[in-house]
Amino acid sequence: MKLSELAEKLSLKIASHTEGMNGNITGAYSSDLLSDVMANSKVGNVWITLQTHINIVAVASLKGLAGIIIVGNRQPQPETIEKAEAEKVTILTTSHTAYETAGQIYQILST
Amino acid sequence: MTPEINGNVEGSFQLIGGNFTNAGEASTQLKMKLFEFGVDDAIIRRAAIATFEAEMNVIIYAAAGQLHYYITPENIKIRVEDMGPGIEDIEQAMQEGYSTAPEWVREMGWGAGMGLPNMKRNSDEFMIESVVGEGTTVHMTINLNE
Ligand SMILES: Nc1ncnc2c1ncn2[C@@H]1O[C@H](COP(=O)(O)OP(=O)(O)OP(=O)(O)O)[C@@H](O)[C@H]1O
Ligand SMILES: [Mg+2]
Repeated sequence: MKLSELAEKLSLKIASHTEGMNGNITGAYSSDLLSDVMANSKVGNVWITLQTHINIVAVASLKGLAGIIIVGNRQPQPETIEKAEAEKVTILTTSHTAYETAGQIYQILST
Repeated sequence: MTPEINGNVEGSFQLIGGNFTNAGEASTQLKMKLFEFGVDDAIIRRAAIATFEAEMNVIIYAAAGQLHYYITPENIKIRVEDMGPGIEDIEQAMQEGYSTAPEWVREMGWGAGMGLPNMKRNSDEFMIESVVGEGTTVHMTINLNE
């Protein structure tokens, strides 16, 4: 499924790198621990987190993730957005919790 | 595909403790170099993650450090040395889940105690040396051809 389709179904808001919305997603990974994401997420996953600081961009880019969904109405910091544009990392936001977001994605991808 | 590396390529980066904003810069540049050489994506990713974890530890725990890489047609060797507090018990530090990261670093999502295990898992050879009060050096080798 394309990231854009998922974003539409979940009413996600785009915070950076709109071009990345055309990318395909291979699944999702939910975690707020950065080294855990680097160890256990899979290439092409969309990453669900409440972290908003600049280091999330490097994690997503180095691990080859499809994008980041920041949950709980949190907004990425301005320097995070700037870095994400430079590194071509798509960041989306939602008012829903990680639990709700992961649950919805699980349902969408397994039907 | 065999990487197109003519001769040996090396480079180094200065790392500054506490500089979270530029964290990942060295790993990103290394990744771009390996990409130019046509190295396999999965191998590039392993090198990038191992390097990033090493970078982060210098930024979190040390005052300053240096990352040096050396690429040959066979492998990439990465050496990350820092002037930091050193590690008293390396065996303990290598255990997944062990962390001395302060609270404010944990709030950023670092401090899972998974960085050193990630470096080891993603490299073909891994070695760490440390002298308390002097610093720590991590050596990693990643083969470029399976
Ligand atoms: N360069 C270093 N200098 C001093 N101590 C270090 C260094 N690298 C690691 N350590 C020590 O080893 C512990 C484990 O390191 P490791 O990278 O595995 O986990 P972490 O940094 O605590 O958390 P994570 O990497 O998952 O964010 C650290 O908490 C710290 O006590
Ligand atoms: Mg670490």
